[in-house]
Amino acid sequence: MLKDITIGQFFPGNSLLHKLDPRFKIIITGIFIAMLFAAQTFTALIPGVVFMIIGYAASKIPFSLMIKSLKPIIPIIIFTSILNLFFLDGIVIFKLWIIKITYDGVTYTGMMIIRIIALIAGSSLLTYTTSPIALTDAIESLLSPLKKIKFPVHELAMMMSIALRFIPTLIEETDKIMSAQKARGADMESGGLIHRAKALTPILVPLFVSAFSRAMELATAMECRCYRGGEGRTRLKQLSSSARDYLTTSFSLIFLNMVFLLNVYMAG
Amino acid sequence: MTAVKTENLTYTYGIGTPFEKTAVNDVNLEIEQGELVGIIGHTGSGKSTLIQHLNGLLKPTSGRILIDGADIWDKSANRRDVRFKVGLVFQYPEYQIFEDTVEKDIAFGPKNMGLSDDEIKKRVIETAEIVGLSPEILTKSPFELSGGQKRRVAIAGVMAMEPSVLILDEPVAGLDPRGREKILAQIKTYHAKKNATVLLISHSMEDVARYASKILVMNEGSVYCYEDTPIVFSKAEELAKMGLSVPQITKVFLKLKERGFDVRTDIYTIDFAIKKLLEMKN
Repeated sequence: MLKDITIGQFFPGNSLLHKLDPRFKIIITGIFIAMLFAAQTFTALIPGVVFMIIGYAASKIPFSLMIKSLKPIIPIIIFTSILNLFFLDGIVIFKLWIIKITYDGVTYTGMMIIRIIALIAGSSLLTYTTSPIALTDAIESLLSPLKKIKFPVHELAMMMSIALRFIPTLIEETDKIMSAQKARGADMESGGLIHRAKALTPILVPLFVSAFSRAMELATAMECRCYRGGEGRTRLKQLSSSARDYLTTSFSLIFLNMVFLLNVYMAG
Repeated sequence: MTAVKTENLTYTYGIGTPFEKTAVNDVNLEIEQGELVGIIGHTGSGKSTLIQHLNGLLKPTSGRILIDGADIWDKSANRRDVRFKVGLVFQYPEYQIFEDTVEKDIAFGPKNMGLSDDEIKKRVIETAEIVGLSPEILTKSPFELSGGQKRRVAIAGVMAMEPSVLILDEPVAGLDPRGREKILAQIKTYHAKKNATVLLISHSMEDVARYASKILVMNEGSVYCYEDTPIVFSKAEELAKMGLSVPQITKVFLKLKERGFDVRTDIYTIDFAIKKLLEMKN
């Protein structure tokens, strides 16, 4: 069912990761991604993976959840692995007719699989431990220098938080409408491509109708509460950074340095 | 004859996640054909989850569901046919409307059944009449109609499949008193005309008291009781513990009894109350 998707979901908690300032969490996620992509060898990937495991341990998010979040990307992993495995040149270790597997192909594919898995699992931690509201507040704060060049930072953040806020609502709505149409005998599981595309009409039309009416209602409700953009707006929850945030960021920077050192060391 | 039967029906949401919850727990039910059953229960008592099992929308975690004696999750069973037999009207069904005319929207179900054009036309006209939609409305866009009319179009869309079991999840929620009356009376008409089994979820004890012959009380995912209407409403104290109540008129008579008047307490409709009071007077 649609409800089983966990990517981008927020799991409330009280762990170290939940308590970190969301701005720093975004920065640390950036550093983490840099760790994975700066690594040029297997050994250099280790700090990134270890960092991710520490993150999961510190977040108290169940490991099974991480495995579940990886399910949807399995096809992508398989597809890119096959491409990399068979089409990279280098020292040939296996050859059958026109199929050849090279040493470079194997190492590159292995590294890529680890990279993708760590990337998805690690960056999912950001959304698992940060509420959408906190996340957009953090983005607004991080982008605020752009206000100087008249970039509508607040409006962008508001749009993002509204969009994020309504994803679960829309998923629930879609589920409901699908059930209602199935109850009327709508057939969505069989038939060719055209038939299936046509079978979507009974779902998409009500979904759009309700999404638009919801948007109108929300706009009215915001106007009723005198919303008029970001100018002079104060917050209920102020973002504040503490020693904890700086320490965690330094910790992640140490790991990034380890990657660079390992790169140099392994190459030499 | 038993129309709907469940055996040890259990359903658990989100197995293996922090949100795991058993919504329906070991439900054993036998509903006779032609019965009009009111389903009551506190929010989150598992009513909506239970009814979504009866037409095969949800697959039970364990247990069986039998419609007219056949297991709907049997390998040879076709769930789509089950859905034509067991019509389900969801809460706020007007949100499922999608066609550009009322007629086409009511015809969606019958069309999916693969009926002939003549038969579809006949059913659309017949059900539109049951739910009190005048013929000139049929060619209009459903999005131009009032809330109550939309609701009736959506209910007609399910009735047009002529299900032998009709289930409605709070069909009158959010309507004005006159709209409520109309729709409930129309459901009763369908029940009588087609000799159908009707299951009606409602939060209004008055509505349930007036229309249902039997009442199913759900509490925390389990069936608390399934009895004739008077028997259920004689358990006022037990119902109160579950956050439910009895019809207002029953409360009045309970209070009268408390103050020492010699009155019956199995009174749950106003008509019946008037009759009994007049009897006492004479």
